[in-house]
Amino acid sequence: MKILLICLQLLLFIAIAPFLSGLITKIKNNIRMRKGQSILQPYYNLGKLFFKEEVVSRTASWIFRAAPFVVLGSVLTAALMIPVFIFSSPLHKAGDFLALVFILALGRFFLALAALDTGSSFGGMGASREMFISSLVEPALCLVVFSLSLQYGSTDLSLPGANYGLSVSSLAAAVTLFLIALAETSRIPVDNQETHLELTMVHEAMVLEYSGRSLAFMELAAQIKQMVMFFLIAQVVFPAAWPGLGNLWQFIIWILWYPARIIIIAGLVAFVEVSVAKMRLFRVADFLGFAFVLGIISVICAILGV
Amino acid sequence: MNIFDGQSYFSFDALSLFFLFVIFVISLPSAVYSFGYLKGEYSSAKIKLSWVLLALFILSMALVVTVSDALIFLVAWEIMSLVSYFLVVFDTTQEKSVQAGTIYIVMTHIGTAFLIAGFLLMHKYAHGFGFAAIKNASALMPAAVRNITFLLLLIGFGTKAGIVPLHIWLPYAHPQAPSHISSIMSGVMIKTAIYGIIRFVIYILGVDSFWWAALILILAVISCLVGVIYALMEHDLKRLLAYHSVENIGIILLGVGLAMLFLAAQMPFLAVFSLIAGLYHLVNHAIFKGLLFLCAGSVYKATHTRDIEKLGGLIKKMPQTSVYFLFGAMAISALPPLNGFVSEWLTLQAFFLGAFSFSGGAKLLLGICAAMLALTSGLAAACFVKAFGITFLAQPRSRHAEEAKEVPLSMKAGMFFLSALTVIFGLASVPIVKLLSKVSGAATGISVSGMRFSLNNFILSPQIAKSNCLSAFWLGAILIALGTTGFIVYYSLRRKRPVIYQTWDCGYYKINARNEYTATAFSKPFRIAFSFFLLPYRKTQKIRESFYHVKSFAYETHTTPVFKKYIYDPVLALVFKSAKSMRRIQPGSIHLYLAYIFATVLLLIIFMHKF
Repeated sequence: MKILLICLQLLLFIAIAPFLSGLITKIKNNIRMRKGQSILQPYYNLGKLFFKEEVVSRTASWIFRAAPFVVLGSVLTAALMIPVFIFSSPLHKAGDFLALVFILALGRFFLALAALDTGSSFGGMGASREMFISSLVEPALCLVVFSLSLQYGSTDLSLPGANYGLSVSSLAAAVTLFLIALAETSRIPVDNQETHLELTMVHEAMVLEYSGRSLAFMELAAQIKQMVMFFLIAQVVFPAAWPGLGNLWQFIIWILWYPARIIIIAGLVAFVEVSVAKMRLFRVADFLGFAFVLGIISVICAILGV
Repeated sequence: MNIFDGQSYFSFDALSLFFLFVIFVISLPSAVYSFGYLKGEYSSAKIKLSWVLLALFILSMALVVTVSDALIFLVAWEIMSLVSYFLVVFDTTQEKSVQAGTIYIVMTHIGTAFLIAGFLLMHKYAHGFGFAAIKNASALMPAAVRNITFLLLLIGFGTKAGIVPLHIWLPYAHPQAPSHISSIMSGVMIKTAIYGIIRFVIYILGVDSFWWAALILILAVISCLVGVIYALMEHDLKRLLAYHSVENIGIILLGVGLAMLFLAAQMPFLAVFSLIAGLYHLVNHAIFKGLLFLCAGSVYKATHTRDIEKLGGLIKKMPQTSVYFLFGAMAISALPPLNGFVSEWLTLQAFFLGAFSFSGGAKLLLGICAAMLALTSGLAAACFVKAFGITFLAQPRSRHAEEAKEVPLSMKAGMFFLSALTVIFGLASVPIVKLLSKVSGAATGISVSGMRFSLNNFILSPQIAKSNCLSAFWLGAILIALGTTGFIVYYSLRRKRPVIYQTWDCGYYKINARNEYTATAFSKPFRIAFSFFLLPYRKTQKIRESFYHVKSFAYETHTTPVFKKYIYDPVLALVFKSAKSMRRIQPGSIHLYLAYIFATVLLLIIFMHKF
């Protein structure tokens, strides 16, 4: 049963993650009054890349070739640590919220190393910026975990689902997580997924040397990471508790509400992306400083019990 | 005092045994490593000398952690300091080594002076130097004396441990010693100071006031951040590692400080748990820092430079060394499933559990400390992306790096042993925590027989919060399984091999090593973000051929060493100034000196007569 659940959750993340990316692009295009690409375009891209010829730099070592597997492995492990179908995640005994933060750091570490491996200055720039941003993300993320652990008495990710209660502190935690998600999924105002021009060279600059199947792995990993972040926010602020099959009406609400939460978050991300401008890299420190302060507010609210 | 009078001056309790284990587990691979490392670098007479010094060094450290008498402790401590001084100045031909040695010996003796003062103060109440006597007397000491003793010991041991702002000697002395000695100094010697703090403050004095713990926590957080920020700015591979020792001593002290906090608050389980976290990070740091210094030594042996701006591409020239360095870098960046990850998780858990047990503002303070620890670990990861990426990846940046050769077998064996330990101490975390709980119990005097720290043999979980689980073993297994699945998918459906081509050059010209990102460029965002502390400045100079034609630019960027410039330099200037004025009473006349002696004798006679 558990193995089945793990496989199901893995397949869900792999299958839905590109759709979420396409959805965000579609919403953005609609707000901008454009027709835009199909919502399924990320699938076509992945399919095309998967069977395309691959070019590897002469300078690159085994780190460059191994990185896609490590990055994909780490985000998939992170995906398994999130409670999706019922209260508890399949791996809640293997690691809590804190462990998830470290697991994501593993993928990022190898991604940055792979970027440095080809000797291109674009890769180096991307790696430097990515590590800069992520090191500022960590304290804010730690405060979110801290605030949740104060509320639920545990760092276990499953608990918000079981003891559901909307509070000021979980709202503040969710907003903090949302800002972190913008930074972690390379969205405007921190980064821009649509281009790899110098101004926005973070994630796209790191994967610049990748092509073909390796690039498909890297893109899929980025999409899954995005979905992981969205599920985390949903879990913190409006966990959808499993109603059981007994009450049909509640079950129908659950079935509708469950994906709706994720779509709402995706819509918010799209709205932020079209309505604000990209920040200068050093303003990102202020942006994440704001996330840090929000995290502190969330902790204070948790202490006060509101 | 007679050592052989039947009374035992040694104790082998769990705490001593743990530190003995740490000393020997790092010394063994370092000694094996030094076979290959010293060969060809030094004359055979000097190699023999180094063996004698190494043996003395290890023995003196073993003595420090096993004696049970404060006076013998001081003697052993002093032998350890002196022998390590001789090892720091081992390259006597280099002026840098002599200078580093001088800074080291001055700082370490300032520390020892504070220790002597602290021990004498304790002796006044205990009427003896035996640990048992002092422990019995500690309860009788007035609070003020206890506080002063604590501060004296903290400064004394803090100097050796490298707590900010007493860390000043560490980035000079550690890099100058031969690499296997650096690995022992950074991995083990500074831990003897942690032993001192645990033994004298927690075990002997006993913690009863909160501000002791608060002071240690604040110093620890500052050490973490200052250490890692300076490390990010550093481009000398061994100095970078030395600054990371400052950072990691901070993380260890977070565990120790939390243990003191919970002891003062009478929370036995949390005190034991926090001390486990601190001790676990202590042994982990010994392992991965020892490993990283050995790797840095291999790089130095192969290229004869420690400047990472001149390295690069070593992963192809030195494939094995680079893998070992990668293990060390991942472990120190707290990446799963290696050992650093487990101990940082435990430390963060100690913060979380503590916050849940305290009330009010203490929760917020613990939360901010935990967030600072998270920031430290993020910055450490960035620093090791830099250290590994610039040193080992891309193309060689100099001829030294191009001509590098893999190091001999004895050196590889030493590094292999420690890399294997980073994996074992990560995966086998449950049995290790069980062992450490005994050490922690012995140090705090709390019975740990009823305490549970794990669910089964694979899953760590503190007894008071059973749902906070961590299994580095299972996480590692799942990571490897998923990564391998990706690998199989990648290769099983592959139609043709990838084309090998040059790195994309924007169509301009063939790119070479000069186009690569440098360590200076990599750390630029951090230099700007932390400019309020680093105070960076730059020098530009136009090199002209004639008045009209600028041939080239010279550009330098530096950061201001805040502690040296604003604390140590003024103090040093004051010392020299007062020494100069003292010279007036020493004019060289024998008659005057005779008068001094006469005056002194007269004063002493009056003193004896009166009191």
